[in-house]
Amino acid sequence: MLAYLIRRLIQAALILLGVSFITFFLLFVLPADPVRQIAGRSATPETVANIRHQLGLDQPFVVQYWRYLTGLFQGDMGRSYLQKTEVATLIAARLPATLLLMLGAIVAELIMGLTLGIVAAIRRGGALDQSLMITSFVAVSAPQFVVGLLLLYVFAVKLSWFPIGGYGSFSNLVLPALTLGIMGSGWYSRMMRSSMIDVLRSDYIRTARAKGLRRFRVLALHAMPNAILPIIAMIGIDIGIFMSGIVVVESVFGWPGIGQLAWQAIQRVDIPIIMGVTLVSACAIVLGNLLADLITPFIDPRIKLR
Amino acid sequence: MSLMKNILATSALSLSLGLASLASAQDYQPDPNAKPGGNIIVTYKDDVATLDPAIGYDWQNWSMIKSVFDGLMDYVPGTTELRPGLAESYEISDDGTTFTFKLRQGVKFHNGREMTAEDVKYSLDRVTTPATQSPGAGFFGSIKGYDAMADGSATSLEGVTVVDPYTVKIELSRPDATFLHVMALNFASVVPKEAVDEYGTDFGKHPVGTGAFKLADWTIGQQLVLQKNADYWRSGVPYLDSITFEVGQEPIVALLRLQKGEVDVPGDGIPPAKFNEVMGNPDEAKQVVVGGQLHTGYITLNVEMAPFDKVEVRQAINMAINKDRIVQMINGRATPATQPLPPSMPGYTKDYAGYPFDPAKAKEMLAEAGLPDGFETELYVMNTDPNPRIAQAIQQDLAAIGVKADIKALAQANVIEAGGTPKTAPMIWSGGMAWIADFPDPSNFYGPILGCAGAVEGGWNWSWYCNKDLDAMATEADSITDPAKQDERLQKWSDVYMKVMEDAPWVPVFNENRYTMKSTRMGGADALYVDPVSIPVNYDYVYVTE
Repeated sequence: MLAYLIRRLIQAALILLGVSFITFFLLFVLPADPVRQIAGRSATPETVANIRHQLGLDQPFVVQYWRYLTGLFQGDMGRSYLQKTEVATLIAARLPATLLLMLGAIVAELIMGLTLGIVAAIRRGGALDQSLMITSFVAVSAPQFVVGLLLLYVFAVKLSWFPIGGYGSFSNLVLPALTLGIMGSGWYSRMMRSSMIDVLRSDYIRTARAKGLRRFRVLALHAMPNAILPIIAMIGIDIGIFMSGIVVVESVFGWPGIGQLAWQAIQRVDIPIIMGVTLVSACAIVLGNLLADLITPFIDPRIKLR
Repeated sequence: MSLMKNILATSALSLSLGLASLASAQDYQPDPNAKPGGNIIVTYKDDVATLDPAIGYDWQNWSMIKSVFDGLMDYVPGTTELRPGLAESYEISDDGTTFTFKLRQGVKFHNGREMTAEDVKYSLDRVTTPATQSPGAGFFGSIKGYDAMADGSATSLEGVTVVDPYTVKIELSRPDATFLHVMALNFASVVPKEAVDEYGTDFGKHPVGTGAFKLADWTIGQQLVLQKNADYWRSGVPYLDSITFEVGQEPIVALLRLQKGEVDVPGDGIPPAKFNEVMGNPDEAKQVVVGGQLHTGYITLNVEMAPFDKVEVRQAINMAINKDRIVQMINGRATPATQPLPPSMPGYTKDYAGYPFDPAKAKEMLAEAGLPDGFETELYVMNTDPNPRIAQAIQQDLAAIGVKADIKALAQANVIEAGGTPKTAPMIWSGGMAWIADFPDPSNFYGPILGCAGAVEGGWNWSWYCNKDLDAMATEADSITDPAKQDERLQKWSDVYMKVMEDAPWVPVFNENRYTMKSTRMGGADALYVDPVSIPVNYDYVYVTE
């Protein structure tokens, strides 16, 4: 187990190194010059050259990348070109908001997904089951931008149940978490349905029924726990999926997380921020996957990690 | 348009010789209905990048910095008329190269220390030092000793002298008719050395100035609060107790919140998709203030790339574009343009009608230039609405005269890069990156975007048009510092732009209007909401009525 963990951590480090190299390289070959963004339109060629030199952007790729990497190993993610603030500070200020949003989304998708999946499994083959599965299909495919604006319009603007965007209280969290969670809930409902159907077919459930236990008791205490377990392992993988969704959801709801930060930085070629957010996201995805793998043997003892 | 009158007055003012004690007459008349107190909420989509006046150079932080800092010169609120700021008066030598500013006494920085001439000198040294990386350093190029600062051989501007604690003398290496405007730019704001030393590169997040507001709170990614400076040296203002800038708000969300009364000014304006809806609703239209701005949207024709190296071809393109239709496409939010200068800029040539829209004639001219079957070319454009739609309209207009243009819709940074790379972009539609004047003077529309200085790798002269004769005329115009010859100077500038139009490196398409929406409780003259130098509003002078 320990050997497995060490091997996985080394792998993770290599993956992150690879991500940093590829991202840095892509930003280097991008036909957009960060210095032009910093210098603005009225800068003289000397000012542009001076800024380029001070940021070391006149150096060859290898030198620039090596500088970035050595800085990174000393815990220095660099300073934003445009904001001049340390990238670590900018990310640290926004990371809690993103984590909170993800947590909210996980809770939302589990509640929605599992409930729908269970209902569909019980009513398997019926009209309810079919309409629920179509709904889940729509949920998986719906663009988050549209879902977000729709929820915002109906529940915040028209019904005034929730504030229109913003951050700080539980009521601010509900709509963005729902938007981000809806896609996952589509997946979960389908997985929960099939997992539940498998369990309901198994012998011990038939035994429980045969003993004369009430239907609800069989479902809630015997079937559900076993059906849910394989799904829990999926949560780690969700983190990766969320990373792509937060950019959109954070923008729509004015949620002050790292997705917004990344989006702004991309538009203005603020390389240190783009690098920083990419690496932090990559870390989250790698850790999420690792966590999912580590949990699996506890859920299903037949699986061994080696 | 009252704006025009004001701008014309400005230029005369900027050239006054001798001791100029210019307060009262042209200055702002306080609003008798203004009530002190209250907080307003202004929203933005993007983070506030910095409040360092030497660094900040986007339209979002520009007016915030104006409210936190002051320079020696300033503008009368809502106009482009210069007025003294931290300088109480100034004196210009007869040859127009020495400016002596007398400072106001008793002006305090937000940290409580008195502002003196040493601070003025320090601030100008700081903005021109390469280490500061100021995008505005080049504006100070006419100050004696600037070149030594730029190449790093000096640490202090030779031309700036502290005469006594309340007098600073600035010598120029050449006469510069725009120098007082330069001293009104944010880049010329006075900052206290001890605060810059304390925070270093983070000064932009911990700004200390002499302005009407001081920074009270800055939660990165969420909000920024400016609080009234009770010791502000201008008496009676600001009216507001505080301003909360909420960031991360999509324009569409900001509009919804404004309609619910949760927001006072959506800083990013009315989203284009909602424009007709807002203007079509009489109650909401009342909340919108419309004004001009010093902006021109244009198509650049790269004179270094065939067939745009032929003047006939460029003129033909000028006649092929249906500007009225493009203006309709953006819901009439602009006025068709005839020349590079916007109508409210001094030096604008009123009696020039521009190239007529005449596709038949354009086709004829192409044939005369040896291109009877037209040609193929590329049109670069920024990829955000409405620019790709405008590019399509241009594409159709060009197709009508046989020119087949491929549209390259890219992110802003990529278009800017292509424009500044030799022989890369034959045509660029400037939308989203168009020129908006830094200060209200005709010279500001020439150098970087039409002069030889900008026609370099990484420059902003995307038509790569370089006419040495016009450069000489421009220099000549800017050495006319005698106010009696002000008309002569403007005439020279008008001549420069008329010559540009003859050579036709641009197709001037339209001049955008400004639409600022505000909540019903906001008070103050309309001019404050379309202030030419403070976008979206002049925070120091607006107030709330409840």
